[in-house]
Formats: sequence, structure tokens, C-alpha cells
Amino acid sequence: MIIYPILIPLVFAIITVLFWENQRVKRALSIISTGLLMIVNINIFFVVYREGIQVVQVGDWPAPFGISLVVDLFSAIMLLTTSIVAFLLAFYSVDGIDLARRKYGYFPLFQFLLVGVNGALCTGDLFNLYVWFEVMLMSSFVLIALGGERTQIEGAIKYVILNLLASTLFLSAIGLTYNLAGTLNMADLALRLQAVSSSGQVTVIAVLFLVAFGIKSAIFPLFFWLPASYHTPPVTITALFSALLTKVGMYTLIRFFTLLFPFESEYTHTIILISAGFTMLTGVLGAAAQTDLRRLLSFHIISQIGYIFMGLGLFTEYAIAASIYFLVHIILAKTALFLSAGMVESIQGSFDLKKLGGLYKHRVGLSMLFLLPALSVAGLPPFSGFFAKLGLIIAGLESKQYFIIGLALFVSLMTLFSMTKVWNEAYWKPPKDPQYADQQKPVSRWRLAPVIIIVVLSVLLGLFANPVFEVCQMAAAQLMDPSQYIRAVLGMVR
Amino acid sequence: MTALSITILTGFLIAILAPFLTRLMKHRAAFVLALYPLAVVIQLLALQPDTLTAPSIQFPWVPSMGLWMTFTLDGLGFLIAMLIAGIGTLVILYGGEYLRDDPYLERFFLWVIIFMASMLGVVTSGNALVLFVFWELTSISSFFLIGYKFEYESARAAAWQALLVTGAGGLAMLAGFVLLGQITGSFEINQWMQNSNLVQESALAPAAFILILLGAMTKSAQFPFHFWLPNAMEAPTPVSAYLHSATMVKAGVYLLARLFPVLGGLALWNQVVPWVGLLTLVGGALLALGQTDLKKLLAYTTVSSLGGMVFLLGLGTPLAVKSAMLFLLTHALYKGTLFLVAGGVDHSAGSRDIRKLGKLAKLMPFTALAAGLAALSMAGIPPLIGFISKEYVYESTYYYSNLPFILTGLAVLANVANVAVAGWVGIRPFWQQPEQKDEDLHPHKESLWLWIPPLVLAITGLFMGVFSQGTAQTWVAAATSAVLQEMSKVKLSLWHGITPMLLLSVLTLMIGVVVYLASRTLIPRLAAFWNKLSSVGPNIFYSRSMRAFLSVAGWQTKILQSGYLRYYIITILVTTVTLAVVTLATRYDSLPNPQWTQPRFYDVIFIVIIIVSAILVTRAESRLATITLLGAIGFSIAILFLLYSAPDLAMVQFAVETLTVVLFVLVIYQLPKYTKSNYPIHANVLHIIVSAAGGIMMVVLMLLTSAVPSNSTLAPYFMESSLPLAKGHNVVNVILVDFRGLDTLGEITVLMIAAIGVFALLGLKKGSKRGGNG
Repeated sequence: MIIYPILIPLVFAIITVLFWENQRVKRALSIISTGLLMIVNINIFFVVYREGIQVVQVGDWPAPFGISLVVDLFSAIMLLTTSIVAFLLAFYSVDGIDLARRKYGYFPLFQFLLVGVNGALCTGDLFNLYVWFEVMLMSSFVLIALGGERTQIEGAIKYVILNLLASTLFLSAIGLTYNLAGTLNMADLALRLQAVSSSGQVTVIAVLFLVAFGIKSAIFPLFFWLPASYHTPPVTITALFSALLTKVGMYTLIRFFTLLFPFESEYTHTIILISAGFTMLTGVLGAAAQTDLRRLLSFHIISQIGYIFMGLGLFTEYAIAASIYFLVHIILAKTALFLSAGMVESIQGSFDLKKLGGLYKHRVGLSMLFLLPALSVAGLPPFSGFFAKLGLIIAGLESKQYFIIGLALFVSLMTLFSMTKVWNEAYWKPPKDPQYADQQKPVSRWRLAPVIIIVVLSVLLGLFANPVFEVCQMAAAQLMDPSQYIRAVLGMVR
Repeated sequence: MTALSITILTGFLIAILAPFLTRLMKHRAAFVLALYPLAVVIQLLALQPDTLTAPSIQFPWVPSMGLWMTFTLDGLGFLIAMLIAGIGTLVILYGGEYLRDDPYLERFFLWVIIFMASMLGVVTSGNALVLFVFWELTSISSFFLIGYKFEYESARAAAWQALLVTGAGGLAMLAGFVLLGQITGSFEINQWMQNSNLVQESALAPAAFILILLGAMTKSAQFPFHFWLPNAMEAPTPVSAYLHSATMVKAGVYLLARLFPVLGGLALWNQVVPWVGLLTLVGGALLALGQTDLKKLLAYTTVSSLGGMVFLLGLGTPLAVKSAMLFLLTHALYKGTLFLVAGGVDHSAGSRDIRKLGKLAKLMPFTALAAGLAALSMAGIPPLIGFISKEYVYESTYYYSNLPFILTGLAVLANVANVAVAGWVGIRPFWQQPEQKDEDLHPHKESLWLWIPPLVLAITGLFMGVFSQGTAQTWVAAATSAVLQEMSKVKLSLWHGITPMLLLSVLTLMIGVVVYLASRTLIPRLAAFWNKLSSVGPNIFYSRSMRAFLSVAGWQTKILQSGYLRYYIITILVTTVTLAVVTLATRYDSLPNPQWTQPRFYDVIFIVIIIVSAILVTRAESRLATITLLGAIGFSIAILFLLYSAPDLAMVQFAVETLTVVLFVLVIYQLPKYTKSNYPIHANVLHIIVSAAGGIMMVVLMLLTSAVPSNSTLAPYFMESSLPLAKGHNVVNVILVDFRGLDTLGEITVLMIAAIGVFALLGLKKGSKRGGNG
């Protein structure tokens, strides 16, 4: 069953290409595909939840010789969250992507991106993971460049070059790993790396992976590609990236540093904690310096990634659970913010906070669609962001990491500052251009409905934090005990 | 208790429905909505706790993080909840009239009811984290209520300031709570109380205490965080009366009282809290005397009074705690009234400047009555309850073992200011001639629902004073018992003989009247003095640190996100190499010997080609040359693959290279004209060092990992099983299409995406000059 998350978008991508000229069919196909994907992923989630880790040996070649697909609870949570967002974005895209882009490959690229994401989330094989990252990279590159505006091309080039650098490091690290351990199967690797006598070799490879996926996840000091490119494509595409790309990077880091490289945690996780602190801080400072809504939100992605990374750095079961909950929270809340920004732009034609204004006056409903996720990202209760941060703070205090907690709280305040700045400028302040003062331009239902749903989901995630967090705790328990994963893939341990 | 907690939580639902109701009923919705706090009042009275055992109910919310919905009602919670719900009822009725024709009335109801429910939650929560949740919700609703007139710059700024200041304190408080949770292993406040000895022994306790104190200080506008409260007067007057005088700003006082049994035993408590309170008490009073705006006068005296309550709690003697509880009740009654009166005056006369107002009693007799009663209470004149409260305050300081005279003297000073301000706000606008004639003011008559609520409050104050042995005594005793955690008797009476306290009262009154009369000379001078001092005040500090923060943010962002790709690449490479070197240096005792094989001469040829091309790339004069040279590198690598007998890989590499070149040409076509950058020599040196370091690192790592003989089981398996199981002679082929077929599928997909990319980029360029609305 767990091959379907890869297969569905792939098959639909190909069918979509066949209907290149028919816009309605392409749009319908994209909705059907993501809908199917969501249903399948809901199903996968419950199966994994009830029956434990699911494994498929592709082509029926036994592990570690073939390629294993493995879905544990962490993967299942990520699959589910990303597919919900993808489904809603498929609706939003109907109106949120201009005709030219829809004509020229937006829909198949959207599907291909999902292939890459799901592949990366499902695979249990190192090289196979690389392949899916390449699928993601290529499709996201084309999505950024699509449209061919000057700023887009500039952003796309920085994006692709820095990400290729990451891929190169990734591939080199795979080569070194294979050289050292003689296998690519991650479960097998987990066993064999343990057996390697010299920890230095393993740790140095771990560090290479850390840098490679650090670039992909946009951590400090490797995040440059993100602010350089995320504001250039249409905001729907940015929302898609924000929900998927850096989050899959973070997923991989958590996977690697719990499954493959948990040995010298004293050393590696100190590096992680330091980087996490700077990521939070520089991200939010970057956001504070922006007056363009999209750039501002993009910098916040970095800052929030820092929190997730912090959980990995603390490296306790509770901290990892908090990180997983944070991932789910931020995927929903951040997507909602970007999509709200898109609606603002569709009404007032700008992302510039200096020009925007007056939306709270007549558009209370629309304003709430920004306000609720914004407060959530700022970490205010009773929204999901509060619980995400609370979990990390509790975990941090248990590990006596007072400094990073102080920093996390400070960054939280700065996030509140930044989010309320947006609120003041775009929603409260009268707009600069009086033509927008009593603006009643309607927003398309294709856009409104998905945003409402995602905001409601985000709010529910906060109000019903407990069941979700308990599942995250289960997932974290699986991660912190790699023997479950290894046994599921390799059968009885030899 | 179940019913009460459900009622409180229902408030959030009612709040969300309020706007719809307001659309249906206009301002008359107030009469329906006021039923909510009224229902709470009734339920509270039914539950009225008079012993130490508080009714309590608990259900889980997020138990995995320690959040249990624990609702408890003890004397302390009861006292404040009564104020919240009672004054809340009046404020809703008043607000409906005050904002009658305002287009945003529905939003007033929405946020006020959210506030009400949250504030009730704060004082009934037995779980610290849930208390925090409600606490922050009061900050959020306060933000929206201060920013009610959001089209005014000043309202937006004030709302923002209040949110950030209280938000900062809130986060500190959360950290303090979590620390206490660590110490005691629970977030239930009654667990904290039972384990207060654990807390007092813990080394973390002082940190927890200071953090929590910060939360209380910001919320209750204690010096140096007091500045947001006067600015918050931008809110509509009913909001100021309710949130920023009677209830929300008392949350900090409440928190200190609530945690007194837990933290009161710390030495720090007595060393810090009284001084914070005293400073605020005196500072607020002196600041008040420089004001001419009704609401500012009231705001600064509110700051002063809050300081008084914190001061009393800081002293921590049973007497001081009693005084604090009594003062809390009294203050809410008279200050709420005076704020509502100020709103009524503003509404009728169109001004809040005490110099311009006068002789309003004829037009507004009932408002004048309410104002007079409240002013008498504030000035501490019998038989109002304010008199008893003030006596109690003097008694607490007078009998305090350390520095009784200085403390009492400062308390008298603050009360003198209260007397004067009470006169300026409650007496002067109604009975005296205005100091300045303003022809633009045309006062009209008072409206019914603008005088009933203040009068009800004022009369409550009168009753509580006259019949002080009744309700007030019971409530204050219950609250005190809850704070001290022992049954406490409280005796309230208007007359207890000629005591030093009575003499102090008379003295206060006398000086107060002199100050009242001296307004014409005193106010401008004090105002000028404070104006001079304001350049070093916390308000300026706030705006300066905001600006400093923004410039630091801008500076660091410009440095990090410089916009130059080469800096990005250098940073990434330097990070990689540094991490790798540090890791190796700290983990290797001796480097293992790498294994060498003799290179063949054609290997050398292609490697030389690669190296030379790589060097030439950096010196290329045009993009085309760059691409060509890069192509040369790619194809050489492909040939190397071929030489190491991997023709399949080589073919893939050829295909990829060709496509890459095509894609590059397409993209580069749209870039601005290529200008060869002439870097200064040191930049070139840096570039060379960084690239060389990157290359060397990779080589070293290669050698290190191959030094250990790998015992891969993969290759032998593939060799053995290729023919029998996969029916293929060519092992590489079988690996690609069968053993690892999924990889190949992925790679094909990459190629397909690239093809689509080429087509789309070309087509879109042709199709539309501008790429749409992105």
C-alpha cells in the first residue's frame, strides 16, 4: 500500500501531461489526484498507527539488496499533513495561479513535486532518497522559474545553484557512507555504522549530511537560497514550497540523526542546538527588517525551522515529539499565512506593507484568516503554536538547556512583534491609496474555501492538541528506539 | 462548580455569536449580552466560598503537556470574579449606549466578552498553564480593545505597545511557571502550595520568582513597565474603566496574591516586591498630579493604586494582605465609577480637559451624584468604603516593623494625590466654574444608560462602607484566608476611636484639599517637570529599543543575506570544511593509511582535462565559454565512467550533461549581459583558498573511508543473483532496471521534469511577455 503515495501523483502527472491543452481536465485531475492521495494517506496513517511500521521491498528483492520503502508513524504523520495541504492547494491553484502558468506545466509540476516529497518520506534507502530529492529539486526549480520574469530567474538561479551544492554534498556523503559500510539500506546502515570501530569516520560523514540537509532545511548559516528565491514565484507556489520543501529537509535530518547517527549525540547535537539558536534568531531578525509581506513570511519560515531543529538538538523523546508536533503546526499555519497574503494581494495588488491597509475595516472575515494563524505562529495560546513551543520549553528545561529556552522565548516575542506589525500595517492602518479604502472586491471561492478549511484545521490542532501530541509522542518513541525500524525492515536481526 | 466553569467557557461561544446578535438588534444587543456576566454573578453568589476548602473540578485538556482544566473558586478568586462579572454587566450595558451609533459596536462586544470569559478563567484556574492561556487571551483582547479606533495612529501604537509589554512579561511568566513545574513536578497551583517547602529549597526558585514577578509587573503596570497603561487610554472609555482599571490590570496583583503561599517565603519576596510597589505607588501619584485629561488623571492614579496593592502584598504581614484585598475591592468600585463618569462627561460635554469643564451638575445630576460618591470614596472620606480601606493601609505601614515612618509618610503622600485627583475628576467638573471658557463645547443632557451603571457602582461603594460589617467583611476575610492559607478574621468598621490612623486621615485630607485648590499653579509645573524627565523615561526607552532592534535587524540581514551568490557559496563551503576539520581533529588519533592503485595513463589525461577546464572556467570571458568548459568537464567524467567499465552510467551522464547545457543556455539567455567580475586580489585569494579547501576535504574524506576495507554484501549478491533470479547477464543493467528499478524510475522522472521545464520556459516566454500577476 505504501507505494501509492509515490504512484498516484506520478501516474496523474503523466496523464496530466497528456491533456496539456485542456485546462479544465488538468485542474480536475490535480484535484482528484491530491484527493486520492489524501484518502490513501489517511488510510496509511491509521494502518501504521494500529499495526506499526509498514515496509515494502520494491520488486520483492529482500533488504538490504533491493530498495525498501518504510513508513513509520513519523513518516505517516508527515505524509498525511502534506497531502492535506496539497489537496487544499490544488483548489487554491484554480484561481491562485495565472492562466499562462497553468497552460505551461504548473499542474504536472505540482504532481511531480509531490512524487518527490512522498518518495523522500517513504523511502528507506539512502540513494533512493537522493533520487527523490532530485525530483523535488528539479520540479521546484522549474516552478520557481516558470513565468520567466527577471526576478524569478535571478531567484531560480540562486535557488538551484545552492541546492545543487547541497545535492553534491549529499551524494558525496552517500558515496563515503557506502565506502565505509557497504550498504545503502538505512536499516542495515543503522546496524553497520554502529559496528564501525572508528567513530570519527562516522561522525564526519554525519556532519556532511548535516550540512547537506541543513541547506535543504534552510538552517543557519546555510539558508541563503530561501530568502533569495521564495518571494519571486506566485504566492501559491511559495505556500506549496513552504509546506513541503524545508519540512522534508527537516524530516530527513530528524530521521538521520535518530536512526543513523545517534551515537555521538553529545557532539552532533550540540552543533545542532547552536545552529538552531542562530536559525531562530537570524530568521526573526530578517523578518523584522522586511516590509514586503512575502519576504517577511519567508524569513519566518527560517526562524520557525530553528524551533524544530531545537527539538532535535535537545534529543529527548519529549523534545522530538514536540518537534514533530511543531512540524504539523507550522505546515498548516504557514500555508494559511501565505495563502492569506495571496488573498490580500488579489484585493489590493501589492505585498508592500507600506501600501497595504484597511482590510480590518470591511473585511473582518478575511482579517481573521490572517490573524488566527499569525497568533498561532507567534506562539500565543490557545493556538497550536503555543503548544508546539510549550512542548519544546518543557523538554529544554528537563535537559537544563536554559540558554536556548531564553532565546526561544525571546524569538517568540519578536515573532509576535513581526506578526502584529503586519496586522497594524495591512489590516488596521488606512491604505495609502484611497481607492482601496472602501474596497469590496470579492475573493474567489476557490481561494476562500481552502484557506478557511486550513485555518479551521490549524485552530483545531491547538484546541485538540492532546490527541495529536500523543501520536507525536508515539512517533518519537519509535524514532528514539531504532531497533523497531531495523526489525521491521530486515526481519529478525541477524 | 461544574456549572460555573461551563458558563465561563460558554463565554467564548457567546462572544463569537455577539456580532451576529448585534447586527440583528443593534445596540439593544447589550441587554441580551449582559445576561452572560449576570448569570456568572448569580452562580458566584450561589457558590460563595467562606472556608478554606474551595470547590474544584478538573477535566483534562492537554494532559500530555500538563494542562488540566482545573477550576477552583476560593475567596480570592471569588472576590475578583465578582468584580469581573459585576462590573462586566454594567460595562456591557454602558458600552451599548456609549458606542450606540458606532459602526464597530459588534467588535466591541466580541472582544469585551472574550476578555470577560478569559479574565474569569484567569481567576478560577487552578492550573498554572491554563491560567497562562487565559492570561494571554486577556492580552489579546486588550490589544483589540485599545486598538478599537484602529484608524488612528495613536490607538494602533498604544495597542501594540500594551501587547508587546504584557506579552514579554507573559513569556517570562511562562518560563517561571515551567520552572516551578520542574521543581514540584506539577502545574497544579495547589500542588505548588503543598510543596512550597520544595520550592523554597530549590536553587531555581529565585529565577522562577523573578520571571513570574516580571509577568505580574508588566500586567499590573508596575514601574518601570507602567507606561503602557496611560497610553492605553486610547481605548473607548468603557474599556478603560473595565480592563485598564477595574479588572485586567489587577491580574498581576491577583497572581502575586495567588502565589503568595508558594513564593512568599522566599527572602527575595520581601526584598523586591515592596520596593517595586512603593516606587509605583509614589511615582504614579506624582505623575497624576501633572495631568489635565480626566482619563490620564485616572490612569496614573490607577498605576499608583496598583503599586499600593503590590506594595502591601510585598510587606506580606497578615494585616497588609487584608489591606491589599480590601483596597483591591474598594479601588475597583470607585475607579470603575469615575472612569464611567469620565466617559459620560466626555460624551455629553465633548471634552475631557478638566480646565474646560465645569458646572455640569445641572445637566447631569445623576452622573454628578455617582461621581461625588466615588470621589469621596477615593479621597477616603467616611462613610464610604474608601475610608476604611485607607485606614487599613496606614495601619499596615504604621505597624510594619521596618521603616514604619518612611513607609507611612510615602503612603500619605500617595493618598494626598488621590484626594486631589478625586476632587478634580469627581467634584470640579460638576460644581465649579470652568477655568477656561471654550465656546465650542455644548454639553447636552446625560443619557439613561450612561449614568445608571456608574451610579450602581458608586452606591455599592456607599453601602459597603455603611454596612461594612456585612458583605465587604465576609468577602475580604475569605480572600485574605485564601492568600494566607489560614482562616483570617477581618473586622471592618468606620469608627474605631481616635487612633494615629484617624489623625493621618485628617492630615491627608487637609493637605489634599490644599493641593486640590492649587491646581492652577501645580499642574503646569509638575507637567513641565515630568516633560523634562520623560526623555529618560521608560516610554522613550521603549521606542528607542524598538528602533535599535529594527536597525540591528536590518544590519544583520544585510550582512547575512547580502544578495551575492558567491558569499553564500563561500559561507556554505567554509561551514562544511570547518565542521569536517573540527570533527576530524577532535576524533582521530592517527590517520589510517589510504590505499593506492597505480593510475592508468588515460585516466591521467581526462583528469588533467577536468582540472584544466575547471581552472579555465574561472577565467572565462563569456557565459558560452563557461558552459562549454563545464560541458567538457561533464563529458570527461562520463568517459571516466566508461573507462571504469560502466557504459550505462556513462550514457546517463551524457544525457544529463546535454540537457543541462540546453537548460543553462535557455536560462542564461534571459540574464543580463555577462560582465566579467574583476575581484580585488584578496578576494581572489580567498576564493582560491576556499575552493581548494573544499576539494582537499573531499579527497581526504575519500581516502579515510576507503582505508577501511568495506565488507559489502551487496556486490556479491548482485553478481550471484543477477542471472538466476533476474534473468539478466549484464549485472549493471539488472541493478538499474530491477534491483534498484525505483531509482531509475526517479531519474527518468527528473529527466521528464527537465524536459517539461525546457518546454514551459520556452513556451511561456513566447506566449506572454509578462509572466502573469506573480
